[in-house]
Formats: sequence, structure tokens, C-alpha cells
Amino acid sequence: MTSQHDILIVGAGPAGMAAAVQMAELGLAPLVVDEQALPGGQIWRASEAARSDSLRAALGPDYAEGQARIARFRASGVAYLPGTRLWHLEPGFQVFMSKEGAAFSRKYRAVLLATGAQERPVAIPGWTLPGVMTVGAAQILLKTSAQIPDAPVWIAGSGPLPLLYMRQLLALGGRIAGYLDTTPRGQAGRVLPHALAALRGRSDLLKGLKWMRALQAEGFPWLRGVRDLRALGQERVESIAYTTADGVTHQKPASLVLLHEGVVPSIHATLAMNCDHDWSDAQGCFVPRTDEFGMTSVEGLYLAGDGAGIAGALAAEARGRIAALGIAQRLGVGSPDPALRSARRALDQRTAARPVIDALYPPPEAEIPDETVLCRCEELTAGDIRAAAKLHRGGPNQIKAYTRCGMGPCQGRQCGYGVNRILSEEYGQSRGETGFFRIRPPLKPVTLGELAALEEGREAP
Amino acid sequence: MFRQLTDPGVSSFHVYIDGVAAIARPGDTVAAVLLRTAPHIARHTPVKETPRAPFCLMGVCFDCLATVDDETSVQTCLVEARPGMRIERPRGKLRITL
Ligand code: FES
Repeated sequence: MTSQHDILIVGAGPAGMAAAVQMAELGLAPLVVDEQALPGGQIWRASEAARSDSLRAALGPDYAEGQARIARFRASGVAYLPGTRLWHLEPGFQVFMSKEGAAFSRKYRAVLLATGAQERPVAIPGWTLPGVMTVGAAQILLKTSAQIPDAPVWIAGSGPLPLLYMRQLLALGGRIAGYLDTTPRGQAGRVLPHALAALRGRSDLLKGLKWMRALQAEGFPWLRGVRDLRALGQERVESIAYTTADGVTHQKPASLVLLHEGVVPSIHATLAMNCDHDWSDAQGCFVPRTDEFGMTSVEGLYLAGDGAGIAGALAAEARGRIAALGIAQRLGVGSPDPALRSARRALDQRTAARPVIDALYPPPEAEIPDETVLCRCEELTAGDIRAAAKLHRGGPNQIKAYTRCGMGPCQGRQCGYGVNRILSEEYGQSRGETGFFRIRPPLKPVTLGELAALEEGREAP
Repeated sequence: MFRQLTDPGVSSFHVYIDGVAAIARPGDTVAAVLLRTAPHIARHTPVKETPRAPFCLMGVCFDCLATVDDETSVQTCLVEARPGMRIERPRGKLRITL
């Protein structure tokens, strides 16, 4: 099958759209594929949709910016396939995708992964109960369906996203039962060393401070230094238990609990391609190693956006442009220096405040209780994993083979970091040394029906 | 669990969850509709038959799997509701393999 596209961009969020626009300006014709029905990524999800004024106002100016970005992307004329899942990538790059129940495969000279991030899984006892979700999930419901909790909601965790979501929710008449802030106390001392570096990016920090003050003025319970969260219930969540900084444990009725402990890069595709990854202590996750253009250790495979390390939407756009220029150069379409200089400047500016944010909201370190379901798919607990680790000393892949942990449909997207952490603790070794599951195709489940289309060599959409 | 801040004037249509009509609107994912329709779950797991509801809404947890128009194990958070869609909540057994 021939294709007029040499370059594939996976993901139509800030990074993917910016890369596409940049490539179009250079006269390149990439193909953009994206899982969602509409462009914008998670941050600008459904930005194009018609909205009431009150919803628009509640979602705020950062979200509103998405509309113009999406319009520019659409106007660029770049080929774009929404509703398309990438499920396998082979060196050289033969790429396998599915759209509307039919699989297809094409070859590309360069691939740019702009697949972004996912929320860090927060394994607490009871997190599999209906009525426990992530803050990001609730925010997506707000953006796509103007949907808010129908009763006062508990929000538990740390980071900028809960603050933003609480603001949006209150502006729309939603109610908050309480914010259980798990940020360890005494973060200010850790943050000071980064303050100087952040001066250039201070608008982000000031914005955060402003949000915090406005929220505190609302008067809902805001408990700091909370730990030992537990969601309790039979068929669904009925109450939440937690320990406050004074050491007292409380239990309160709850119908909806939203969790959030920051976001981590989506690494399944780069893991499957055997790219090099480094452990980041600051962000508590693996980050694929990239060069100054965003190229991974696999020639021709590029990364841009939060998938290359969490830095937010505006940094993602700059990285998208830089990767686009790098790919152009690689394909012999020489990239103009001024564009590169301005993109690098933008990236510097947009990442200046990041060390402060990372230091303010460090990844959680509390031990995962034995009774916690770690693998949501196979329903294995942290205790099961510890027992397996004692019985058969081995890495994540051995544990997977012995227990089936990570073998379910999510492919370790929810349990991978939990297993990594437990094995590190059990064996007294670093998280980086312990590593992650080996990821095998398919990256997303594929049905026989989808594969049939591939066998028949049906025309790609 | 959730309610929709309905804009008067936004059109709506029906989908059928286990045969019962539920209201959906353009832009809704199937998972969004499930989360505002009692008992607010997507399925019971094949392993221990525990109830699960959509959890991440961005395609990474697979707890929103349901049967949509006879297709099994559909990630309902990635599928837009369409008029007349038939959604069935799986009850265990049907094991999902890769
Ligand atoms: S809700 Fe997590 S995959 Fe759909």
C-alpha cells in the first residue's frame, strides 16, 4: 500500500497540533492520528464544541485558548484521522492502527509520538470501587459533557489539577465535601533552591497562588498533610477514611471521591520500541531519553509534549515545533534557524517554573498497604505482589509471569509503577534499576474483526 | 453520581442501557452517560465479578469496558454516544484477553 505521507504524528493535543502546523509551514505533509473524536488533547478536549457562557467562563482562559489553536491546526490542511488507535509500531516504521473497527498498516520514514501523559495511578484501598475516580476524569466529564458531581464531592491528592478543578466546579454551582491535601508538609524548604530558576516562569506560579487564596476563601474543609486514605464500601464507595496531620483517623460518608497525584508520561509505545528511558526522581516516573530535537534512542522516532517529560501544554507546543524542525532536517528539508531559535526560547520560558512545581508536589512515597488492589485488571493486591517478590526474586517481568499482574487489558498502565515501587522496596534497589514491565504488542487490544480488515489488505482510510 | 448542566436548546436522543432508555447529548461519551445513569457502573469484572465504573475517562484503565451495539469489550470512554445505541453492562465471565 502506498501513502503520500512520510511522517506520522500520533496525538492531536498541543504538541501534535503544533508540530503539524510547523511541518505544514515547511511544506511537509504529515498524517496526524488521534484516539479522540476531536483534536485538542486532554487539556483542550472538546474546546471546539458550542458552550453556554457560564461553562465557558468556568473553564477559564487557558482552556479557551484551545479554540484558536485547534482552528489553526484545522486551517493548516494537514491530513488528520480522529478516532484512530495506534496498536503496534515496528522499526523502520511499519505502523498498525485501527479506525472504526478496521485495522490498517502503513510505512513512515519518521514517527512523532505526541501521546501525552496519564494521571499517576493512586493505589489506595478501595480505589476500584464505583464512586472513586480521578480528578482528571471528572474534569474530562466537565469539558465534554458539562457534567458535574450531583452531591458534595471529596477531592484527595496533590498538585495543580485539583485546585483548577475545584475552581471550575465551584463556579458552576458544584459542592465540595472537603479537600484532603496529601502534599507533605514543609515543602517550602525544598522549593527555595528552585525559586531563582523560576523567576522567568513566575506567571504560572502566581496564578497557582491566586487560585489557592480564592479557594481557601470558599470555606470548605481543606485538610493538609493528610495520609492513609481509604475508600470504603461494598458495591460502591460509602465512606472515606483518612488520617490528619495530628495523627487522628476520621471516617466520613462519601458518594464520590476524586484522586490525583500528578501526571506521568505515556511510555507504552516507547517501551515497546525498546527506547532508552531514565528514572526521574523529581517526577517519580520513567522518561524516555531524547536528544535536543526530541529524537529518542531509536533513529527517526521522536517525542514531543508531556510524553517527553511533564512540562505542560505550552512547553508541549514548543517541543512539538522543535521536533517538527528536527524531522524536517532529518528528511533533508533543512529547517530555518530563526524558527528553531524562537521555539527553543519558548521552551526555556515554559519550563522555567517546572522545578518549583515538581518540588512543591513531590510524587507520593507512603507505603501501599497490603490489602490495596494494585492490578485493577487481574485484581491482585499489593500483598500478593510482595508475597510473589519474596518467593521468586525477579524483576517486573518475572512477577508478571508468576502472578498475571500487568497482563490484563490495561497492560500495566495502572499497576506498573506500583509493582516497580514494591519491588524496589523489597529488594532495596533504586526505581530506575528495578525497571518497568516489558511491553509487547498490541499496545491496545485489537479484535479479530479489526484484524480481518488487515488480512484482506483493505484500503486504509 | 453525576448530573449534566443542560443547556436548554441542546438536542438530545436516546441510547439503551441494558434495554432501558437513557438520555444522551451530542458530545457525550458512552461512559459519561453510564456515570449519570444508576447504578453508575460499566460492568462486573471477569476475575472476581466486582462492580466497576469508568475511572480515568482517557483510555488507560479499561474499567469502562462494556458491550456496545453487540461489540464486546469496548472502551466506552473513547466512544461517542449515537442515537439508538445499545449498551450492555457485562457481568463477569466474559474474560478479556490480549
Ligand atoms: S474509563 Fe479508563 S479506559 Fe475508559
